[in-house]
Order: sequence, then C-alpha cells, then structure tokens
Amino acid sequence: MTAPLLAAIELRKRFGGVPASDGVSLTVSPGEIHALIGPNGAGKTTLIAQLAGALRPDSGRIELAGRDITALGPSGRVRLGLARSYQVTTLFGALGVLDNLALAVQARSGSSMSFWRPAAREKALYEQAAAIVARIGLAGRESVAAAHLAHGEQRTLEVGLALATRPRLLLLDEPMAGMGPEESARMLALIQQLREAEPALSVLLIEHDLDAVFRLADRISVLVSGRVLATGTPAEIRADAQVRKAYLGEESA
Amino acid sequence: MSGILILEQALNGLQFGLMLFLLAAGLTLVFGIMDMINLAHGSLYMLGAFLAATFVSLTGSFALGVLLAVPATAALGMLLEMSLLRRLYARDHLSQVLATFALILVFNEAVRIVWGTDLPLAAPEALSGPVELFPGMLYSSYRLLIIAVGAAAAGLLYYLVAKTRIGMRVRAGASNREMALAMGADIPRLFTVVFGIAAGLCAVAGALLGPILAVQVGMGENILIVAFVVIVIGGIGSVRGALVGSLIVGMVDTIGRAFLPIAFGAFLPPQLASAAGPATASVLVYLLMAVILTLRPQGLFPARG
Amino acid sequence: MARLRPGAVVLGLVVAAALAFPFVMRAEGDAYYLSFASRILIYALAATSLNLVLGYGGMISFGHAAFVGTGAYVSSILLAEGVASAWIGWPAAIAASALAALAIGAVSLRTRGVYFIMITLAFAQMTYFLVNSMKAYGGDEGLTLPARARVGGGIDLDDAQTFYYVALAALAAALVALHRLAHSRFGRVIRAIRENETRAEAIGFPVYRYKLVCFVIAGAAAGLAGALLASHGKYVNPSVLHWTQSGSLMVMVIIGGVGSLWGGALGATALLGLEDLVANHRVAWVAALLPNYPQHAGLAVGLVLLAVVLFAPQGIAGLLARRPR
Repeated sequence: MTAPLLAAIELRKRFGGVPASDGVSLTVSPGEIHALIGPNGAGKTTLIAQLAGALRPDSGRIELAGRDITALGPSGRVRLGLARSYQVTTLFGALGVLDNLALAVQARSGSSMSFWRPAAREKALYEQAAAIVARIGLAGRESVAAAHLAHGEQRTLEVGLALATRPRLLLLDEPMAGMGPEESARMLALIQQLREAEPALSVLLIEHDLDAVFRLADRISVLVSGRVLATGTPAEIRADAQVRKAYLGEESA
Repeated sequence: MSGILILEQALNGLQFGLMLFLLAAGLTLVFGIMDMINLAHGSLYMLGAFLAATFVSLTGSFALGVLLAVPATAALGMLLEMSLLRRLYARDHLSQVLATFALILVFNEAVRIVWGTDLPLAAPEALSGPVELFPGMLYSSYRLLIIAVGAAAAGLLYYLVAKTRIGMRVRAGASNREMALAMGADIPRLFTVVFGIAAGLCAVAGALLGPILAVQVGMGENILIVAFVVIVIGGIGSVRGALVGSLIVGMVDTIGRAFLPIAFGAFLPPQLASAAGPATASVLVYLLMAVILTLRPQGLFPARG
Repeated sequence: MARLRPGAVVLGLVVAAALAFPFVMRAEGDAYYLSFASRILIYALAATSLNLVLGYGGMISFGHAAFVGTGAYVSSILLAEGVASAWIGWPAAIAASALAALAIGAVSLRTRGVYFIMITLAFAQMTYFLVNSMKAYGGDEGLTLPARARVGGGIDLDDAQTFYYVALAALAAALVALHRLAHSRFGRVIRAIRENETRAEAIGFPVYRYKLVCFVIAGAAAGLAGALLASHGKYVNPSVLHWTQSGSLMVMVIIGGVGSLWGGALGATALLGLEDLVANHRVAWVAALLPNYPQHAGLAVGLVLLAVVLFAPQGIAGLLARRPR
C-alpha cells in the first residue's frame, strides 16, 4: 500500500469540558477521494480546521507526505499543497470572481512583497485565473462581485479558490451546503471532473448528502463524538452494523 | 524602607485598583454584551465627578451630593444610550471608536461651557483626618472609605451578576448574544440597564476620586486608558477579569511609582536612576500588559472561549 | 486631440493651485496662511500614512501619533544636539519611527479586533509617558529648536515659501507612492486581508507578515511628517504623542474618506480648516448664543465628526464619488 499523503494521528482538541476531537486518526492516500461523514456535532469541522492549520490540536500529530506539519500555520500548509474550502462561504466579497481567483494564483506565483509595479499588468496571473473560471463552470461571471453571486455559484467559487492554489490535497467542508438538487449535481460533476483531470489529486470531503458521498468516495470515514468509528469502502461502511446504528439509522436526509 | 511605608502604598494601590474596577467593570460589560467600544466611558466618570461637586455644594453634604450624583449620571447614561449609542451597536468598530471619540470632544466642551474647567470638591470634614490602623500606622480615613465603598460595590456587582436573574441574562448575553435573544431576553432594555449601571459605577468612582485627583475637564481620558489596560489584561467581557486586572494594575502602578525610583537608585548611577526610575514606573503597567498579551492574547479570564 | 478625463482635469487644477498658492499669498502679503498651509500639508502626510494602515489595511490603529511623535522627537533631538542637516535628521526620524512601528506592530498585530485597538492606544500612551519623562529634552515643557533643519544646495527651509514647497513635495511623493502601492501586488494582498483575513491566510498569504510590513511603512511615513512638523514650528512637546492626536488623525481620515487616495489630504484640510474657521472667523449668530465659542472649537469638531460617522461614513471622498459623472 502506498504511503498516505495525509496522516492525522491521535488528534485531540477540547473546548472547555467538551472534547471535539477525541483521538482522531485517519489517512488520505494520494489520488483518493475520502469522505468524512457523521452526525452534527461529531467534530467534523473541528477536524478540518486542525488539518488546515486554523486550529492547534491539544495533542496529536499531522503529517503531509511524511512531513510533520502540526506546528505550521494555514498559509504554510497551503504552500505545501494543502488547500481548504469553507462550510460557511468565505470569499473576498467585494472583489469579482476573476479577481478572487487571481489572488489565489498570485499567492503561489512568486513573492508579493512587491510595492511598485501594477499587478494588473501581470497577464499570466489573469490568464491562469480565467482558466480556472472556465474549469469550475463560472464562465461569463468573471466580473461579478463574489457577494452578488447566487449561493450555488459562491460555493463553486469556494472550491475554485482552493483549487487555484494548485493543491495536492483538497479539504472540502460541505461544498454542497445549502444547494438544491440541480446545483448539487453540478458540484458532484465538478468534483468528479477534477479527479479525472488530475488523478494524483486527493480530496478529503465532508458532506451530509449521503447519496453524493456513496457515489464519489473511494473510502469513507465515519466520525462520531470526536472519534473515527469506522473507515472503509462505501460497501463496507454501508454494511457495518455499528455505523448503521450510530449514524445511518438516525440520519435524516 | 519601612514595612509601614509598604503597607501604606499597598493600601493606596488597593484603593486605586478598586476605583479602577468600578470603571473597568462597566466598560467590560458594555464591550462583552453589546460588543461596543465606548471611549466616552471616561466622560461619564467626569460627569459623575462634576455632578457630585455641584450637588455637594448645593446640599452642603458630601454623602448626599454623591448619592444624588450617581442616579443622575446613570439617568444621563441611559438617555445617551437610548438616543445615540444604540445606533452604533450594529456598526463596525471603527465607527464606534470615532463616534464615541466625538462624544468625548462634545462632552469636554459641554462641561467646560456649563461649569468651567474645574470644580472644587473636598472630602467630607469628618473624614479629613487620619485613622490609626494599628500603633504607628496612620492612614487617611477618606481613602479607607474609598476602599470600603469599592469593596462593597465589587461585592454587590458580584452578587448581581452571579446570583440574580438579571445577572444571569447579562452573563448569557456576554457569552452568546444570539442564544440570549432566542431565549426571550428583552435585549434593548437589557442593554439600557447595563449601560445605566455602568454609568452609575463611573459616577461613584468619579465622585470618590474627585477630592484626591481633582475634578477637571479631561479627567476621564487619563483613567480611561488605564481602564482599557485593565480589561485587556483581565479579558474582555469578564467582570472577574476586570476585578483581578484592576487590582493587579492598581497595585503595580502605585507600588511601582513609589518604589521603582528607589530600587533603580540602588544599583544604577544617580543620573540614570533619576531619569529611568520615574520613566519606567509610568510605563510599568503598559509593559505588564505587553507581557501578558504575549503569553495570553485573550487576557486572563476571557468571557468567550 | 486626446480627450481629458474629468478626474485628470481636477487633478491638474489642484496641482496648479497648490503650486501657485505661495505666490498668491506673497502678493497678498499674508504670511500666516502660508505657514498654515504648510501645516496642513504636513498633517495631510501624517493622515495619509494612517490611511494606508486604516483605510487600505483595515487595521484600526489608535496609536499612530506615536510614530509622528517619534519622528518629531528624533529629528528635534538631533537638531538640539547640533546635527543640523536634514539629510541626517530626517532619515533618522524615518528609521526611528519605522523601528517603533516594528516593535509596537509585532506585539499588537498578534491580537484582533477590540484588543488591537486598545493595545495600540496603550502603547502610544506608553511612548507619551516615556517622552514626557525625558527631562533632558524638555520633559512636558517641550523642546524649542534653534532653527529648522538644513537642506543645503540653496534650499533654505527658514524661508516660508521654500518650506511650503518641500512639504508639498513630501506629500506629493507620499501620494504617488500610495497610489503605486495600492495597485501593486502588495497592495492587493493588503486589501484582500482587509476584505477577508481568513480567506487571505487560506490561499497562502502569511497575513501577520503583510500587516506588519504595512504597519512599518505607514510608521515610517508618519515619522517623516513628524520631522517636518518639528522643523515647521521649531518646537516639539510630548502632546504630539498624546492619544488625542491619534484621534485627530483618525478624524481626518474618516472625514476625508477612509481608503481613498485623497482621504488623508482632504481630511487634514477639512479638520484644520474647520478649527481655523472657528478660532479666527467670528460668526455673529453663534457668538450671540455662546460668547466665547472660539474656545470651544472641539465642540464643532465633535459634532461634525458625529454627523459624518452617522450619516456619511465614506467621508468627503465618498460624497464626491457619489456625484454622477
């Protein structure tokens, strides 16, 4: 078995008296789509926050391609190829779609400690941004301010921003949150296209839409009360008695 | 350096700290509950002092003057909240800073127009002499009164916040406003009441410190910044943090100013010591704040996790 | 024939007026307003430097007076000690302010929101108290300087007109630099951070570092304003570091237009102009209500500021921008 791209080892995080992460361990292999499911309050977003570097675990380790990144901040992790999209839309609202993406491209294209030359003249930045716009299906909306986009378009841009950093691993926190069936189907197709275009890209995906999860994922981990209850292929998870009892049984679609 | 001197300075520090607490408690509650920066808090302190001086000279009684000034200031504070400050809750911090800074300017000038630049306020006759705490130790009886009132106010506030229903709503509002709203708390009225209490506390501090620090225009600004340091150290939104912070700051500042120059003189050449001593003493609390913040950026007892 | 954009025409007129101003004043024989105009230019520079941090960077720094004051005091101390050359004094002032900004920023920028505002305020007060206790350089009485800094090469700063042009050049340089900065890569990052700091960090920008650099640049520019201020009045005293001075600078920025290129300049002109108006130009009906109202200029400023915050938060620049083209 190939070495995992991302490994979370015994992560623990408490808020006051409540353990949000209670010894979470999981791995993501190169090129796999790994879904994380679990009831509300299971600690999924807390886990993503720790993986992305926004939250420091109380104990435990996080390794990216074998390298310990536990002490690294979010921007450092992005530079190593770990990018995140947020459950609550977090965009540069006043800026247009193209400008949003251009910023992400700028972040990975050399130093931005440049104080004199106008950035607008950098054609390469904008060409790459335009390519991403097309790829995520927002062509024609380049100059619309992010705050004025439809909800589904905003969620798409969320994913697009993470993509624009050329990651090895995408952490997607409920990309389909608040989307209707049509938009969800488009997001599903987008994620599938991503994997086809880049077989080496890994994705760790939190999603409540179980239908989509079982269609997309290579492996699924079930998080309950801050712990990984089970990890396996969709078929294995579906068949797992513990999972059925703890989660699938009470799941309301 | 006698033990009596140290004790005297410690008591002074306690006195200053307790008065700081009266200001800081109101300030931190307003921050914590209404999420509003109120630079005009010092102006309420100043108004309390001026009103007290006025009532004292009208009634001839110190106690009566102070007792009238407190509800008067509280009423003015609530009026201010309802007419103007309410509009700032939803605005961003910069707008709040600038609007309340504008209020400082307006209040300073308004007070100057109505009363002039300063007013005399003397401690009551009965308390103008010292009290013998124990043989050999004399301490100003007025300052003892301040300590007593301050401690009583702290106790009362603790009781109010920790043991009453209003206090429960206040604490709920401080840690989670949306939840408090959802549970039916009448938020606008709660805010007005909180602001009134804060204004009243400011008035007590202003009136009591008036005889010691002088009742004059601009008196609020100096103590306001120290109050800010207190709540930053203590943790915004926490009354307990305000108390701990006030006592720490009060003690450090008073004892530092009294003894640091002497301490410097012990191992620095006199030229340097006479400059560095007072200089360091005056910035000691800020250095303390910097150190605490480097270690705990949220302060000692942050109300929100 | 090329078509001139209205903005370029206005800019041209403003520049022409600014350049012609001293000659007009000389013709009128009025020395006071020339000196006053220089003072406006210096404050415009200071306010513009604050605008970088506040308007573009979104950092509500209530301690900017500390950097203006550091620049003023460093250049004054050098002058008092006999180092008359501006070529040493002014770069020293800029470097000292930049260093102060680095120190204060490094600690303050680790905090957020309300904490940041209060910490910058507290640190500025700290520098005020430190300077106040420097008995060797006047303490709270301040320091009077023997002469303005010396530039050499035929430029005599003691001549009011020359000083005006030097101040004008400094402001112009700052505005050009701000304009380029805003559109540079760095400027984009700073504005992105203001827009959504979390997102900026999440696409790979080390936010703390960028904020700190921005803070230091602004501090350096404020230091130059301080040096000019000290030379202008040939006097410096600790009140230049007082937090109410920081407040005044913020007032200028908000009145002028936070985040707009001309915000600092417009605001400085408006505020200082208002104060001068109240102090020196008697308005009969106000005098009837309040006989010595000029002594209460603060009231006017406070009320204007309240009005701006409540009703025109984008300031003068915002009002101008709203007019249909």
